[in-house]
Amino acid sequence: MELLLDSLFNGVAIGSVLLVAALGLAIVFGLMGVINLAHGELMMLGAYTTYVTQLIFKLPILKPFYNSYIIVSIFLAFIVSGVVGILLEKTIIRKLYGSPLETLLATWGVSLILQQFVRSVPLAYGTGLIISLLIGLFLPTTFPSKIKESINFKYFKFSSWIFAALTGVLTGNIISSSVSKLSRASARNVDVTAPSWMRGQVEIIGTAFPKTRLMIIVITLISVVAITLFLNQSAWGMRIRAVTQNRQMSDCLGISTEKVDIITFGIGSGLAGVAGVAVSLLGSVGPNVGGNYIVGCFMVVVLGGVGNLLGTVLASFGIGIMTDLIGAGRLLSIWPDMPLPLSNTINFFATTSMARVMIFALIVIFLQFKPTGLFPQKGRMVES
Amino acid sequence: MSLSKIKFDKKIVLSFWVILIALIIAAPTLLPVFRLNLLGRYLSLSIVALGVDLIWGYTGLLSLGQGIFFALGGYCAAMYLQITSSSEFPNNIPEFFALYGVEKLPFFWEPFRSPVFTFFAIWIIPALVAGLIGFLVFRNRIKGVYFSILTQASLLVFFNFFNGQQKLINGTNGLKTDVTQLFGQMVGSESMQRLFFWITAILVIAAWFFAKWVVKGRFGNILIGIRDDEPRVRFTGYNPVIFKTIIFSIAGGLAGISGALYTVQSGIVSPQFMTVPFSIEMVIWVAVGGRGTLLGAILGAVFINYAKSLVSEALPASWMFIQGGLFILVVTALPEGVLGWIQGDGPRNLLQRFGLKRKIETYPSLEVKNKEGNNE
Repeated sequence: MELLLDSLFNGVAIGSVLLVAALGLAIVFGLMGVINLAHGELMMLGAYTTYVTQLIFKLPILKPFYNSYIIVSIFLAFIVSGVVGILLEKTIIRKLYGSPLETLLATWGVSLILQQFVRSVPLAYGTGLIISLLIGLFLPTTFPSKIKESINFKYFKFSSWIFAALTGVLTGNIISSSVSKLSRASARNVDVTAPSWMRGQVEIIGTAFPKTRLMIIVITLISVVAITLFLNQSAWGMRIRAVTQNRQMSDCLGISTEKVDIITFGIGSGLAGVAGVAVSLLGSVGPNVGGNYIVGCFMVVVLGGVGNLLGTVLASFGIGIMTDLIGAGRLLSIWPDMPLPLSNTINFFATTSMARVMIFALIVIFLQFKPTGLFPQKGRMVES
Repeated sequence: MSLSKIKFDKKIVLSFWVILIALIIAAPTLLPVFRLNLLGRYLSLSIVALGVDLIWGYTGLLSLGQGIFFALGGYCAAMYLQITSSSEFPNNIPEFFALYGVEKLPFFWEPFRSPVFTFFAIWIIPALVAGLIGFLVFRNRIKGVYFSILTQASLLVFFNFFNGQQKLINGTNGLKTDVTQLFGQMVGSESMQRLFFWITAILVIAAWFFAKWVVKGRFGNILIGIRDDEPRVRFTGYNPVIFKTIIFSIAGGLAGISGALYTVQSGIVSPQFMTVPFSIEMVIWVAVGGRGTLLGAILGAVFINYAKSLVSEALPASWMFIQGGLFILVVTALPEGVLGWIQGDGPRNLLQRFGLKRKIETYPSLEVKNKEGNNE
């Protein structure tokens, strides 16, 4: 019983990281059919946001609130990755709708640039750049409608971008002069230390669980609930679902698909940022941190089927539990006296890398029976 | 129009051929061995690029897993070289086995004692693996981005497998070939490297003719049909699964040959050949050179890799930015690739922009017909 609980918990912990990482990908892929290979790098940005927030909260002014930095960084990571995602959509992805393979290559280019950017630009100025992007993109939308409709709107927009750039440079300078660790570019991995209330273990029914793992499960749970509520209860959620089901028809009915695309991509990227916070709790943060998760995320999306969050949830927990069962060779401890050839096989696959081999084989076998995932979209199309 | 275009194409192709052959003949005498070796490596990479062009440029299948077949070919060659030059080591097996306490050769190494088997294995094994993966995927009508994701995932699986199995194939350290013997000479020696350069150059040309033969005629037409409208091909009575599997395994075989040539020239094969970035790079060579133009794949592979080594020597940090920018630029601004742009309406449009050529108002074909009629 204890063994089973342990195994289940480990599986859920692995699965919840996968889930929070794949959630944004599933939404974006479901809506636009776009494969965003920069998703892992958006996660990386979220992880670095956690690191920067942590260092800023060590400043004397914010020191009293240090313990809550992880909560703040979840929101900040959502905003940072979301802004970068929106920029990506506005500049590149919008031009490539209808050609998913080209989008895939372009987003790979973006991911390379983001990785090198983190390596060769000091994080303080990176933060400044993000802040100026944030102001530049959102300040014009807050103008009163009188200005928006006036013929000189582009000048207002231009001046707001200048203001944004100045603010960004200023914040970059302030941060780099006050936090010395952020003022130099470095390709080395950095570490996020959890606040004191998140260290240690909790005992549930006789088994000890690390608190950081529980925190990740909580983050995942909140993200899933929030996104489900947003998609099912809000007006924009309804529009997003409509566009996912039938883009042309929604367009005909007066839904601004352009806005829906921006919002969806922003939310999907923001969720990648939240996943980045979760990932930063698990190990050190480096420019390549996103690459370790991206293929697993794609597997979740393929297995879960497009446009269905329940499929994504089931697929990620399924993969998580299977990874733990195979990778730790748990079947052997549950059933100790199994025949020798079988136990040899299980031992052969009982490492993290070999478990991946096995899981992929299982997914391919599964796709032989259900080529469109657990919950395929219903409809009659030639292209299916 | 059509007449002048063919002439134009022939001129370009002919001049490229002259330059290419002149370069290949001149290279061994002009270049120092280090540069010659680099050129040889990049030429061998252009064979895998040809395969990518066959499946992506002609059939529309974007595989992100060509590294699997590339590395398999490399491993086949390296296993043969290791096992034939292992007579002085304990138990007559390659040296690294002793590190992990392995005394008996794993069974799948045995056939590689034979040079004939190895010669065939280098391209048949990758082709078979590609055919199997391809058949399982295509049978279910998995295509587009799903196909790309699945190939990428299988790449990761092979990487994990080869990376984790120290006792079978030396895991993450890979198999070294430069200190092994072939024809009684050290593989890493200068004369052998010159020989490998010649072999590579000849094989690149052979592979180019082979690829040209594949895309010619009805088979090639079906491939292009699959790329442009697969359901229609199916409704016309062809089974796309067979054609896609065949072309995918051809590309796999080409990748295997390429990997073997690359391995003997770089001196080592390791799971690093199966990393995700390397396989995506192969796609960008083809994209820059020109999709669906076989010559473009070769030129793209050679030139981008040469640029990469030059830039990395001068400014190590900037190559990632350049490469990332190249991906974005090619996809958004130059979807046809450089050669495709030259062969298409690119130069004409450029000249028009500077007012050097008359604008074509209507359909080009109609316009030209009228013009020719007037002239006559």
